Amino acid sequence: MMTEVVLTKDISGIAASSGIEIAKAFRLENPELIVEKNTVTNVDLEVKRFEQALESTKGEVEKIKEHTSQNLGGDNAEIFEAHLLVLNDPELINQIKDKIQIEHFNAEFALQEVVNMFVSMFEALDNEYMKERAADIRDVAKRILSHLLGVTIPNPSLISEEVIIIAEDLSPSDTAQLNRQFVKGFTTNIGGRTSHSAIMARSMEIPAVVGTKTVMADIENGDVVILDGLSGKVIVNPTEEVTKEYNMKKAAYEVQKTEWAKLINEQTVTKDGEHVELAANIGKPEDLNGVLENGGEGVGLYRTEFLYMGRTQLPTEEEQFAAFKTVLEDMEGKPVVIRTLDIGGDKELPYLELPKEMNPFLGFRAIRLCLEMQDMFRTQLRALLRASVYGNLKIMFPMIATLDEFWSAKALLEEEKQKLLSEGKQVAEKIELGIMVEIPSTAILADQFAKEVDFFSIGTNDLIQYTMAADRMNQRVSYLYQPYSPSILRLVKMVIDAAHAEGKWAGMCGEMAGDETAIPLLLGLGLDEFSMSATSILKARSQILRLSKKEMKNLAEEALQMKTTNEVIEAVKEIMK
Amino acid sequence: MVNKTFTIIDETGIHARPATILVSAASKFNADIMLEYNGKSVNLKSIMGVMSLGIPKDAVIKVSAEGSDEKEALSLLEDTLKRGGLAE
Repeated sequence: MMTEVVLTKDISGIAASSGIEIAKAFRLENPELIVEKNTVTNVDLEVKRFEQALESTKGEVEKIKEHTSQNLGGDNAEIFEAHLLVLNDPELINQIKDKIQIEHFNAEFALQEVVNMFVSMFEALDNEYMKERAADIRDVAKRILSHLLGVTIPNPSLISEEVIIIAEDLSPSDTAQLNRQFVKGFTTNIGGRTSHSAIMARSMEIPAVVGTKTVMADIENGDVVILDGLSGKVIVNPTEEVTKEYNMKKAAYEVQKTEWAKLINEQTVTKDGEHVELAANIGKPEDLNGVLENGGEGVGLYRTEFLYMGRTQLPTEEEQFAAFKTVLEDMEGKPVVIRTLDIGGDKELPYLELPKEMNPFLGFRAIRLCLEMQDMFRTQLRALLRASVYGNLKIMFPMIATLDEFWSAKALLEEEKQKLLSEGKQVAEKIELGIMVEIPSTAILADQFAKEVDFFSIGTNDLIQYTMAADRMNQRVSYLYQPYSPSILRLVKMVIDAAHAEGKWAGMCGEMAGDETAIPLLLGLGLDEFSMSATSILKARSQILRLSKKEMKNLAEEALQMKTTNEVIEAVKEIMK
Repeated sequence: MVNKTFTIIDETGIHARPATILVSAASKFNADIMLEYNGKSVNLKSIMGVMSLGIPKDAVIKVSAEGSDEKEALSLLEDTLKRGGLAE
């Protein structure tokens, strides 16, 4: 007898929506729609065929819209309202009919030609939002085409058992048709945390792992799949042991989630009554929903790089102003720390045409680049200053190594402020001005910096790599990434103590701030603000509520005198028992 | 034919949502309705046409209508633009 060997496979992707689910795989594959170019003789019949396909498509979109509105709420259905307008668009329809009537093309080809023309027109617009709308038009066109070709696009709303959807990508209409009763989660080949499918998964509250590159190649219909939206892992055909482990993880996560949800509006106060601030790191204004849903007390790091990435030229003052204003307004007076452009290192901007460097992490990046490319920097500073009147803005400069750098950046900010005021523009009277502490020289001289700046935010990812002299992109030296090393803890302590001696505050915005082993130590060292990914906030809050700052102070003092990272980890484990 | 000129005051210009509202409003009338911006003129009943103009803040646009119900059309569109804080 032949035994079929079922192979377990581990796939990694981007954790786009939290949760853990185990279910059978359902591949959502869109049929290939092949358009042939033909000449038709009976044009009236061809026009009629097109009109019929259009009518059936409208009916279908109406149904999807209703379904979405019932299952996901009116906001999510709005996109299909726009799809219907496209289906009723006289310009689109008449141009397609013209192509059939005048040029005698078949309906499929006429449709493709006209749609491609509109799509390239939208993609050419200097506006990210409009570019994305090109995807909507393609989505609608695909649907009309399927009706013309008589091909059925798979209908996920017909699924009648619990499944995990496997797909190349999910379009808005794909996601809308997912039946929440049976669809437990999804994983895709492409996409990132901010792609449409990821946003939908979070609003449906089902786990999702996107950008795996290989799920379509590695998973067949009916395979058992573990989807871990917490760590971004997908496990295909797990062993019994692994399944058991994940069933436990899943149960634990659900218990925790219920517990954490109670903490959304709670203050973050230790057992002995000390308050700390839990803030979120964001990259785009759209990330704010997550911050508010997870009870963030502020934004501790707004990475402005994303405004500059994925495009062909620098963003204008107006674009940046609009993004900053949105974030400040939506946070309703809660603190928002915006970091000025931190480009270079592993983050490149092709259109700046900077020469390749031997050691980009030690090279021309962040504030070093901004002080040199002043026009670009001034534009960002103006946008920040103008936005300052809409909320509680704090500005932070990245990669500061010397006080001279800080003074130069501050002088430029001051110059732009005076210019704006003389132009009659409004600027907030007091804007806190701080620096990232990520270079050891700055940590060591923190007592002098503290006299000049309003706050510090410790960037641990870089501080660790510079202190250990270990490139964090190099796998072979990754063992030197040691956040709990007594050496790092001593630097962190120097920074916090220096801030407090001058009556200033110290925060942290690296991965370490949301780490459950680091939190007790940081609390003990006196950190004032912890900034982390939004989804870590409630977990961190629940941990801090159970800790006593006095006890953690003792723990931290012991840790500072230890010899190795392992000793520190053991000490934390012991006290957290 | 009737027409009227407006200045866009919305920070984000005529995006998908306001475009959807304008096109829906225009589609209720028999009159031919055109939207002109930056030397280009499009059918205001066409969502793709309107969005392809990429109209930003401070843009000056002209709306014109021609047909049996042109006056009603222009007045509803003016109302839609102003009430939504989109233009003045």
